[in-house]
Amino acid sequence: MSPSKPLLRWRLVRQDNQREIELARRLKNGDASAFEPFVDAFHGKLFQYSYMMCGHREDAEEVAQETLMKVFDNFAKLREPEHVRAWVFRIARNVCIVKRRKSVFAPVEEISLDEVKPNWKGDGDSRRLDIADWSALPEQLAIDSEISGMVRAAIQELPEIYKTVLLLRDVEGMTTAESAGILDVSEEVVKTRLHRARLAVRQKLDSSLKAVAA
Amino acid sequence: MTPDECQKVFASLSEYLDRELPERACDEIEEHIRDCEPCIEFVESLRKSVALCRQLRAERPSAPLPEDLKERMRAALRGIPSPGSEA
Repeated sequence: MSPSKPLLRWRLVRQDNQREIELARRLKNGDASAFEPFVDAFHGKLFQYSYMMCGHREDAEEVAQETLMKVFDNFAKLREPEHVRAWVFRIARNVCIVKRRKSVFAPVEEISLDEVKPNWKGDGDSRRLDIADWSALPEQLAIDSEISGMVRAAIQELPEIYKTVLLLRDVEGMTTAESAGILDVSEEVVKTRLHRARLAVRQKLDSSLKAVAA
Repeated sequence: MTPDECQKVFASLSEYLDRELPERACDEIEEHIRDCEPCIEFVESLRKSVALCRQLRAERPSAPLPEDLKERMRAALRGIPSPGSEA
């Protein structure tokens, strides 16, 4: 067993990010031809993030549009184009909070490790973890829209502080440092929340797999 | 998970999968996993769950941005604030 090797994915994320940085630099230099590709680069990503955060397509459309409007209203304040992605998502996060009328100071729902760790079953040599058979699950999400729906539902059910970390880190491919900057928390907090979010999603998928197998 | 070693592995799995652990800690986890069938099974399920989340990019906006909104964005970029903007 070795750690996952998402090298191709990270290469694509990096290329994507480099393109966003280049477009932001061109816009900063007054190159109007960078406007359309910049909008295209972010519109889909902002919609995806907002949809997962808000849970409603109509709200997500509005959040994506409002975020982009704020981005251009405040473009002169973007001092470091190399951080454009984090800057844009920070605006999106704030727009989402306002949209959901939820204060950042509202009580947050926490996930404890005990809630998301698997249970043991059996005794002695027959002792094993009570988890579903994951071997039949495809590696490629596109293969099965039912599984895609299960994954989406599992993420959407997460408490907000965990969902936003998982979306930034695993769906948008941001680094721990970038995510910490967007969320105004330390990198350690990002790591802790990401781990609990992943365990909770794994647990929800596990339950869904067991239900399908029953 | 009850055994202490499994518990320790469980607490660090995300950092292990992200290759963010120091080499020594990574080696310790691999040494444990090698001989622990339940942990192999669990790590595999978590790895697959993370991989599925990373592929989640199916939802797209139903339509491109309206042209009038884009015009307002272009104007804002040229330094003409949009109505109600804070800039």
